[in-house]
Amino acid sequence: MRPTKLSTLALAAALAAVPLAACGSSSGTSSAAHPTLTYWATNQGTSLQNDRQVLSPQIAKFTKQTGIKVNFEVIPWTTVLNQITAATVSGKGPDVLNIGNTWSPSLQATGALVQFTPSVMSQIGGSSRFLAGSLSATGAPGKPPTAVPLYSLAYGLYYNKAMFAAAGISSPPTTWAELITDGKKLTTSSHWGLSIEGGSVAENIHMAFELSQQQGGQFFDAAGKPTFDTPQNVAAVKQMMDFIQTDKITNPSDAQYSKGTEALVDYATGKTAMVIWQAASGSLKQLGMNAANIGVAPVPLPSPMPSGGKTVTSMVAGINMAVFKNTKNMSAALKFVKFMTSTPEQESLNGTYGSLPTVSAAYSDPVFHTSAVTTFRSILTSSAAPMPPVAQESAFETSVGTAIIHLYASAATGKAVTNSMIAQALSQAQQQLGG
Amino acid sequence: MVDTIRVEKGVTASAPPPPRKRRWRREWLPYILLIPAVLLELLIHIIPMLAGVAISFLKLTELYLSNWRAAPFAGASNYAVAVNFNSAIGQALLHSFTVTIVYTAIVLAVSWTFGMAAAVFTQRAFRGRGVIRTIFLVPYALPVFASVITWNFMLQRDTGMVNQLLLDLHLVHSRAFWLIGQNSFYSLVVVAIWRSWPFAFLILTAGMQSIPTDLYEAAALDGSGALGQVRHVTLPLLRPVNRVLLLVLFLWTFNDFSVPFTLFGSAPPSQADIISIHIYENSFVSWNFGTGSAMSVLLLLFLLLVTVIYLAAGRRGERHA
Repeated sequence: MRPTKLSTLALAAALAAVPLAACGSSSGTSSAAHPTLTYWATNQGTSLQNDRQVLSPQIAKFTKQTGIKVNFEVIPWTTVLNQITAATVSGKGPDVLNIGNTWSPSLQATGALVQFTPSVMSQIGGSSRFLAGSLSATGAPGKPPTAVPLYSLAYGLYYNKAMFAAAGISSPPTTWAELITDGKKLTTSSHWGLSIEGGSVAENIHMAFELSQQQGGQFFDAAGKPTFDTPQNVAAVKQMMDFIQTDKITNPSDAQYSKGTEALVDYATGKTAMVIWQAASGSLKQLGMNAANIGVAPVPLPSPMPSGGKTVTSMVAGINMAVFKNTKNMSAALKFVKFMTSTPEQESLNGTYGSLPTVSAAYSDPVFHTSAVTTFRSILTSSAAPMPPVAQESAFETSVGTAIIHLYASAATGKAVTNSMIAQALSQAQQQLGG
Repeated sequence: MVDTIRVEKGVTASAPPPPRKRRWRREWLPYILLIPAVLLELLIHIIPMLAGVAISFLKLTELYLSNWRAAPFAGASNYAVAVNFNSAIGQALLHSFTVTIVYTAIVLAVSWTFGMAAAVFTQRAFRGRGVIRTIFLVPYALPVFASVITWNFMLQRDTGMVNQLLLDLHLVHSRAFWLIGQNSFYSLVVVAIWRSWPFAFLILTAGMQSIPTDLYEAAALDGSGALGQVRHVTLPLLRPVNRVLLLVLFLWTFNDFSVPFTLFGSAPPSQADIISIHIYENSFVSWNFGTGSAMSVLLLLFLLLVTVIYLAAGRRGERHA
């Protein structure tokens, strides 16, 4: 008898072996008169709590105007893509959700999001309201978009004016060589030159993409096939590693930074003099940084430019808003999208977060006439390139971004990262995509 | 429960045969009572597992996520990708498997030894025994996330307590990384042992309650010292308990997801790339859930094989004993 009992117990334990990701999701309840929407917001502020404080009054305003209630949840960047994937598989998700604009082609391919055909677009006020650049990152070219732009963002080089002045540096670096020279001057016993978010997939992939563009590289060829391990891409990643291992202007501890805010906090609190970050004036204010010390400049370029190199200093960053196809409250969901992209909301939300409005009318607000906003707007219009618009985009972000996390870990723990190690890591990432 | 029924049968054998209706009820009642459990078992374990097996034969990519029933049949190609050890995916799986085996072996051996030592230590009554037992059980009683995230904070390089303590005690001169690089493996092993040894302690303590004290007295009269008593009395009598304990600890450690995920997040360092996270990561990285499922099925088969061999070996050992 004992073996039978044992076998049963063991079998039960073994059955629990298959790892399953438990993913919960909820859906809005449908009631014709007063429907309740479920909205997944992304983390735009300094913390999830900060986002709740920013969004609550706006959503209350929407409920007051329309009678439609909105249950919203702020989802951290570390889990948002997995949660959207789970919602897509189960068909049970929110009514309205925010997505990173670079994932638009991937999520478009799943067929889980409502297509913004001209007739749907007209229900939210028409596509002509939006900036053309922001609208370009809402899906694969030639297909109806499955999202509309909500916040526009671009990368810039934030530098601490006081620290620069103290080190006798009069202007922000415009070339990478200058950045490294300045960074070495700014690396002292009390602070480092440049902070990075080395454990973050998103930050790593964005920087690798921008540096690869400057080297004249690309991660997908014209046919949409992955080309990860080209010499240009290797050079781009090597440049990132060298901040820690050769130039020594970055604290090796930054290799562990993965929460998506740590490098910025180091900049805001004076632990580092520079950080390459998306428009963050709202967050820096929240973190208590003296506004007089905040300087923004375009990300440096190589000098001389490598052959085929592009003067790209940022990816077209931003957050899009999408409607889940399985929603039972389509008309209420579209009303909510219309509300969030309306001129007053765009002014209020982007003004608070320090991001850029996606509708042209909002720029008449003086809030967006500051020098930081002007810098970011000019980066976005003149030196920003969209991430590859392929269905495998999110897989590319995760596989290459994760490979760079591991490379940073090697560089930080004293194991020299060579070009061949980078090429091998990129080639393995490519194989994960079946390329 | 089976024991009780058999005893009841033994008692009623000499009594006059019960009416047919009562006999029917007696024979079927246990099965009727089992139905809810069987249904739940089907719903929670068997059906998801079969769904996982089915997915492993599909080419389930992002194109079919919202309608996965339409995903094309992939034959055994997902398995071929997973076990092709010349490819990056196969190599990474093999590496992760090896790391997991070494990790499991160390955690199992140390947890059991700690559990056994602590159980023997608290076997005889002494002042404060209850308090010590309670303290021992704390790591097991704490919620995984809350306790492991605390370890994560303690193991940070610049702000962590571990490095601060080592520096203050002048044991090291520079701050080490505990969550990336080779040290990450040791960190994971320490945290996993910290979490699982109290379970070994609990089960062994429970097992020792049933060992009659006169056996120890007899052993002492025969000239056995403390170690001899453990060797000749405690260990042999704990054999059935140990058999289940080791198996359960093995399965739990091998499959553990919460501890490494909480400690490292979704991109664990390759030195601590435990297989459950590796499979999870693989599914979500490539958005090819077929490959992830194929890996899960392979893992399931491996664990079933280990379990069957272990139980068969245990049974044979019992027969020879």
